[in-house]
Amino acid sequence: MSTSGFLLRRPASAQDTPALGGVDRLGALLTLVGAAGLFLLPFVAFKANRIVPGDPRSLAQALPAWAALGCRATLAAVAAAALLATNAPLRLAAAVAGIVAVAMALAAAANGLTPPHNLIVRVAPGAGFWLLLAALGLLATDAITRMRPGPGVRVLLLALFLGVTGLTLAHGTFDNVSVMREYAVNRAAFALAARQHILLSLGSLGAAAIVALPLGIFCHRVPRVRPGILGALNIIQTIPSIALFGILMVPLGALAAHVPLAAALGIRGIGAAPAALALFLYSLLPIVANTVAGLKRVPPATVEAARGMGMTRWQRLLSVELALALPVILTGIRIVLVLNIGMVTVAALIGGGGFGTFVFGGIGQAATDLVLLGAIPTVTLAFSAAVLLDALAEALDRVPR
Amino acid sequence: MIVIESLTKRYGATMAVDAVSMVIERDSITVIVGTSGSGKSTLLRMINRLVEPTSGRVLIDGRDTESEPGYRLRRRIGYVIQGHGLFPHRSVAENIGTVPRLLGWKEDRIRARTAQLLEALQLDPALYSGKYPHQLSGGQQQRVGVARALAAEPAVLLMDEPFGALDPIIREKAQDDLLDIQRKFGTTIVLVTHDIDEAFRLGDRVAVMSEGRLVQCDRPEVLLTRPVDPLVARMTGSAERAMRLLSLTTAGEAALPLSANDADGDGPVVPTSASLREVLSELLWRGGESVTVVDENGTPRGRLTVAAILARGRPR
Repeated sequence: MSTSGFLLRRPASAQDTPALGGVDRLGALLTLVGAAGLFLLPFVAFKANRIVPGDPRSLAQALPAWAALGCRATLAAVAAAALLATNAPLRLAAAVAGIVAVAMALAAAANGLTPPHNLIVRVAPGAGFWLLLAALGLLATDAITRMRPGPGVRVLLLALFLGVTGLTLAHGTFDNVSVMREYAVNRAAFALAARQHILLSLGSLGAAAIVALPLGIFCHRVPRVRPGILGALNIIQTIPSIALFGILMVPLGALAAHVPLAAALGIRGIGAAPAALALFLYSLLPIVANTVAGLKRVPPATVEAARGMGMTRWQRLLSVELALALPVILTGIRIVLVLNIGMVTVAALIGGGGFGTFVFGGIGQAATDLVLLGAIPTVTLAFSAAVLLDALAEALDRVPR
Repeated sequence: MIVIESLTKRYGATMAVDAVSMVIERDSITVIVGTSGSGKSTLLRMINRLVEPTSGRVLIDGRDTESEPGYRLRRRIGYVIQGHGLFPHRSVAENIGTVPRLLGWKEDRIRARTAQLLEALQLDPALYSGKYPHQLSGGQQQRVGVARALAAEPAVLLMDEPFGALDPIIREKAQDDLLDIQRKFGTTIVLVTHDIDEAFRLGDRVAVMSEGRLVQCDRPEVLLTRPVDPLVARMTGSAERAMRLLSLTTAGEAALPLSANDADGDGPVVPTSASLREVLSELLWRGGESVTVVDENGTPRGRLTVAAILARGRPR
């Protein structure tokens, strides 16, 4: 570790990358990745229409000379901070500045390369842009991790990020970028897909939680049944999602054909019903397993004392056992929610709706921009859910581990 | 007063507790002592029905413990276990307020009671109310456990190896504190231990258990001088028993009247609260023949000689 680093007393931890001869290792790696993105790969792809392969353009080709220079200068400053700075807020500020510069460069490139009033031409973000964004994103998250913010601050940072991104998109800054072009023509479908996506992932999670919590408590209370229940849930987990959708289509189709009430409720062999049922089944194992693990973590002396003080079974379960197990249970719910948000995408294959409709539609039409219109909000949704539930679990955990 | 009538607990073929009958006097400390597996914990846990008896019954102040649901009974009986069992997710004040809250006390009454108990256990309420169990030392956790058990002013306090997790020095202090607490709140205490020294130190009466049976239950000096069973004699320790007997009597109790030539008062003095064991040790060390016993004001109350002390160390 360098002398200056020592004097600044950077806390030693796993998240801390050791400095090598005064140079931050992670910073060096990210600088290399960013430089590769900047100099070796196209910044944007210019396409005559939405499905032809793009014509690669570097930053210098896509922007006026002064703008390209400004962007490169900013990125050079970011690299310097990533390599040499040990102060986490400074590194974060540099990363944010880099992200803003790259995003503005993309918007400017799209505006500059698109002829006026031309809705056919597409300017898509290129591999170089994505690599730069990934490197800068990692730099930002690393800086945030080093600052060890509390759960409240993390939620605030997420809200800030989503708010600024949302406002920029609403303002029309990126309207000429290919993905936003796809959005413009799919506006209504996007709103519907977003609703379906959130409803499917949250609905299946809610239903699973209602079943899995009591099941987990039962497994904890009656150790005899534990291997059987967890084993069965494990087997469900090993079935690939597409196969499970397929398996469920048969009985649900039969149900709809023979029970008019089921059909009236919207249950069919394809569509949201098999998707919701499959997601529900996948959700059970993490919640049951974490409920069992969380309850096992409760010290036996604490439960014994609760009983000795005259708490009833329910009081013991709610105010002692579940209260102490809650952070672990929430971790299970977080796993399920993030998995579900990803898996709902696949449900589009059987007509379940959600952002997956854009992904598979895009693959079918060879329209990468449409794939991105489905993939980007899915990733954002999963990331936000992870941050929110992590923060919640930490805020509720008053017991040190 | 707790009356235990031929209380029995059978697990399959094993008799954990075999027809134990005993009477526990009001405002006294009764210590149940025995080796592990002797049934002492099971006996204790049948008093508050954490373990339901196979047969027999328990009367607390004349009322059968079976006459109300177990959880209601347990709210009236304090309970302390080894390793304290504090709720890790609740503050010290919340832990202590557990039973009063179950009983529906008003918040200000709970707050006042919590502060009173913390003070009685030498924990500054302003400093400790908001702390969490993991922020306390082992001795402090144990004291909070006792405060929590006493919170709802129970007439009876059951303690299962309460000092088992403490190191010897803190343990002695905790035992003294318990005696203080008992004097202050006048609670009937039943305590289980495997440590015979602890039993003799704390117990007004000591109950010796072995293989589920109550072998003898009496005042400590009776256990020493008239053991009914070789097991009791072995347990109380033949080699140590004279010294144990001496440590049960204070200088004040054993003091001989003062004679005229003792009145000059320039010889060695001991306080009335010292045990005969301590006085004898002091005399052996100094090589004297007699000491003057003085009260807390320094007024001579009597005298003790080596011969008088030795006479007390023999069974009468």
